[in-house]
Amino acid sequence: MDTVPVTRTRPTQGGLKKLANWGNYPVIEALEESFASATELKGMLAGAHGTTRVIARGNGRCYGDSSLAGMVVSTLRHGRFLSFTESSGELACQSGVMLKEILDTFVPRGWFLSVTPGTKFITVGGAIASDVHGKNHHADGSFSRYVASMQLMLASGEVVLCSRETNCELFEATCGGMGLTGVILSATIRLRRIATAFIRQETAKARNLAEIMELFEKSATWSYSVAWIDCLSQSGQGGRSILFRGEHASPHEAGGASPLRIPPRHTINLPFFLPAAMLNGFTVRAFNAAYYACATKGAATAIVDYDAFFYPLDGILHWNRIYGRNGFVQYQFVLPKASAAKGLAEILRKISSGGQGSFLAVLKLLGKGENLISFPMEGYTMALDFPVTKKLFPLLEELDKMVIEYGGRLYLAKDSRMGAATFNAGYPNAPEFRRLRGRLDPAGIFGSLQSARLGI
Amino acid sequence: MAHLLVVGAKSDLGRELARLFAAEGYSLYLAARNSGELAEECEHLRIRYGVQAVARELDILEYGAHAGFYESLEPKPDGVICAAGYLGDNVKAMEDFREAKRIMDTNYTGPVSILNICAADFRKRASGFIIGISSVAGERGKQSNNIYGSAKAGFSAYLSGLRNSLCKSGVRVITVKPGYMDTRMTRGMKFPPILTAQPEDAARDIVRAWKKGRDVVYTKWIWKFIMVVIIHIPEKIFKKINF
Ligand SMILES: Cc1cc2nc3c(=O)[nH]c(=O)nc-3n(C[C@H](O)[C@H](O)[C@H](O)COP(=O)(O)OP(=O)(O)OC[C@H]3O[C@@H](n4cnc5c(N)ncnc54)[C@H](O)[C@@H]3O)c2cc1C
Ligand SMILES: NC(=O)c1ccc[n+]([C@@H]2O[C@H](COP(=O)([O-])OP(=O)(O)OC[C@H]3O[C@@H](n4cnc5c(N)ncnc54)[C@H](OP(=O)(O)O)[C@@H]3O)[C@@H](O)[C@H]2O)c1
Repeated sequence: MDTVPVTRTRPTQGGLKKLANWGNYPVIEALEESFASATELKGMLAGAHGTTRVIARGNGRCYGDSSLAGMVVSTLRHGRFLSFTESSGELACQSGVMLKEILDTFVPRGWFLSVTPGTKFITVGGAIASDVHGKNHHADGSFSRYVASMQLMLASGEVVLCSRETNCELFEATCGGMGLTGVILSATIRLRRIATAFIRQETAKARNLAEIMELFEKSATWSYSVAWIDCLSQSGQGGRSILFRGEHASPHEAGGASPLRIPPRHTINLPFFLPAAMLNGFTVRAFNAAYYACATKGAATAIVDYDAFFYPLDGILHWNRIYGRNGFVQYQFVLPKASAAKGLAEILRKISSGGQGSFLAVLKLLGKGENLISFPMEGYTMALDFPVTKKLFPLLEELDKMVIEYGGRLYLAKDSRMGAATFNAGYPNAPEFRRLRGRLDPAGIFGSLQSARLGI
Repeated sequence: MAHLLVVGAKSDLGRELARLFAAEGYSLYLAARNSGELAEECEHLRIRYGVQAVARELDILEYGAHAGFYESLEPKPDGVICAAGYLGDNVKAMEDFREAKRIMDTNYTGPVSILNICAADFRKRASGFIIGISSVAGERGKQSNNIYGSAKAGFSAYLSGLRNSLCKSGVRVITVKPGYMDTRMTRGMKFPPILTAQPEDAARDIVRAWKKGRDVVYTKWIWKFIMVVIIHIPEKIFKKINF
C-alpha cells in the first residue's frame, strides 16, 4: 500500500468552501462541486447558468487565481485510467488523474512522462490547461506536444473531440487556455520509454549571469537542464548559480537488480503556517548560502532517482506554508533570448535593491512556443517566490514594466495580480483568444477570477 | 492470486476499498446493481494495479439469487467486503412501512443473506476474511435515524456473533463503524469537517485495521471516544436530547 501520503486538495461533495491555490493568495469562499461523469458535469453547468462563473479545478497547484471562481468544479473524482497501448505508450485517462498516479503505475513498466513540471501532484487536466513545461522544454517542447487528443465539454454541455488534426483551433486554444474554453474530460497522452528510473545528474557552478547562460547554451544537447540562482548575493556581478543537467541513466549506470524501482521516499510535512516574520532578508540569505554550499560540496556527477531529480520540493508536503498565512506570489516571466542577458541582469538588480527575499529563483532555457496563449517562448524563464507584503505589489508592477519592455510575458499559472495591460502586451494572440471565447461561450458560463481581471 | 468480493462496489467507500486491495494484489469481483456502470472502474483497476477485475450483478434485496450468485464466482473469493447500505428517509419510514422495510433489508437482511453464504464457504475452507460496513448509528438509537440505526445495530450484533463463531476456523470478521463520511449517501448534509472522513481516508483506516488484525474499527478514530461518551449518557437525559 501507498505509504507516502498523496497531497491531494480534496474536494468535498458540494457546498461553500474556503479555497486557495498553492500560493495561499488569494483565499476565497466558493461553491465547490465534484463530478464523476460527464452527465453530472453537464447538469452542473446548466444549473450554474447565469448565477455565477464556473471554472475547472485540478489539484490547485497553480499559484494564484486561475482555478478560482464563484463555482469551482473539481476534477479529482474524475480520475480513472481508460486504456493503455503498450506498443505506442499511449495512455488514455480522465482529466483528474494525477501525474503521481501515472508515475507510480508506469515507471515500473518502463515508461515516463514525456514532459513533467517540478511537482507530480498536478492533474492531467491542469497540465494541459497550463500547457506546463519541464526541464526538457528546450529539446522536447511542452506538455501539449504529447497530447494526441482530448475530450472537452463546452459551455453548452456538448462534448467535442479535439486534436492537432480535428478541431485544431479549439485544441490550440485549450492547451494553455487555463480552463476558459471548457472542461477537459479526458485525454490521450504519449509516454516515453525509459530503461531505468534514475537520472545521471551533473552539476556545474557559475559565478554570474553571463556564465550561467553560457552553460545553458553549452548544455543544449542534454535532455534536462535547470539552474538555481541566488538573486540576493551581490558577489561577482550578481547571479551566482548552479546548473543541474540530467539524462536518463542506463541500466549499467543505475546498477542494482531492478533499475525501474526506486526506494520509497520519506516525506516530511509542514503541519502549520510559519509566522511570516521568520522569513526575512537574513534567513533567506542564510538559506541560499547554505544551499549553495551543500549543492556544490558533493560530486559533480551523481545517479539520482527521478523523484529527487524532478520533484525535490515534493519531499516536503505543504512547503508553501513556510511563507505564512498571508501567502506568497511566484513571479515567473520569460524574456526572449536576444534581450535576456540585459533584461535578467536589470531585473535581478531591481529585486536585490528592493531587499525582498526570494527563496527559490529558478532559471531555465525554453524552446519555441506553440498554441494560442501558452506561456513558453524561445528564451529564458525565471521564477521567484515572494511572501505577500504591502511593499511587494508596487515592486512587481515595476518588474512587469521591465518584462514587457524586454519583449517578455508572465506565466498565467503563477499569476494572481498582473493587470490586463501586462497580459495584452505579453500575449499577442489575446484578441484571437477573446474572439474564440466569445464564440464558444457567449453566455460567459466559464470564467475565473483571473480571466475577469485580465478581461479574457 | 487472491480474490476479493466487494458487495456494494459502486459506493464511494466500496470503490476506495477495492482500489486499496487491488494495490495489495487482490483481483476483484465488483458486485452491484446496474453493474454495467462498473466497466470503467474495472478497466481502471486492471491498468492501474495490474490485477483482474470483473463486474457482477447483485441486488442485495434479491435474497433468492444470492446462492446462485456466489456459486457463479470462480475462483471463490478469499475475502468479502459488504459496503452496501441505505440511509433512507426516517420521517417517511415512520409513516410508510415500505420505506422502513427497505432500510432494514438493505442494511441488515440483505447483508446477512449474502454474508451467511460467504461465511459457510470460508468456514469449510478454514480461511478468509469478512469486512462488514456497519455504523456508529447502531450503537445507540436516536430519533433522527432510529430505523437505520436499529438495522445497523442488528448488523453489528450479527458480525460480532459471526466473529465469535468463525474464530476457531481461522476466518476473520471485521466490524467497521464509520462516523460521518463525505459520500453520495450524505451529499448536501452539513457535518463538522474534523468529524468527517473522506471515503479514501476511511478506506485507508480499514485496510490498516485489516493488516493489524483488529476486530472492530472506528473511522475516524475519534468516534470511538465519542461513542463511549454517548453510550454512557443516562437514558433519563438521553431521551430528552434533540438529535
Ligand atoms: C512546486 C510546484 C512546481 C511547479 N513547477 C512547474 C514547472 O516546472 N512548470 C510548469 O509549467 N508549471 C509548474 N508548476 C505549476 C503547475 O504545474 C500548474 O499550475 C498546473 O496547471 C497545476 O495543475 P493542477 O492540476 O493543480 O490544476 P489547478 O491548479 O487546479 O488549475 C490550473 C489551471 O488548469 C485549469 N484546469 C484544471 N483542470 C482542468 C480541466 N480538467 N479542464 C480544463 N481546465 C482545467 C484550471 O481552470 C486552471 O486554469 C508548479 C507548481 C508547483 C506547486
Ligand atoms: N456516509 C456515511 O456518513 C456513513 C456513515 C456510517 C456508515 N455508512 C455506511 O457505509 C457504507 C457505504 O456507504 P457510502 O457512504 O459509501 O454511501 P453510498 O455511496 O451511497 O453507498 C451505498 C451503496 O449501497 C448500494 N445499495 C443500496 N441498495 C442496494 C441494493 N438493493 N443492492 C445492491 N446495492 C445496494 C448502493 O448502490 P447503487 O449505487 O446502485 O445505488 C450504493 O452503492 C454503507 O453501508 C453505509 O450505510 C456510511
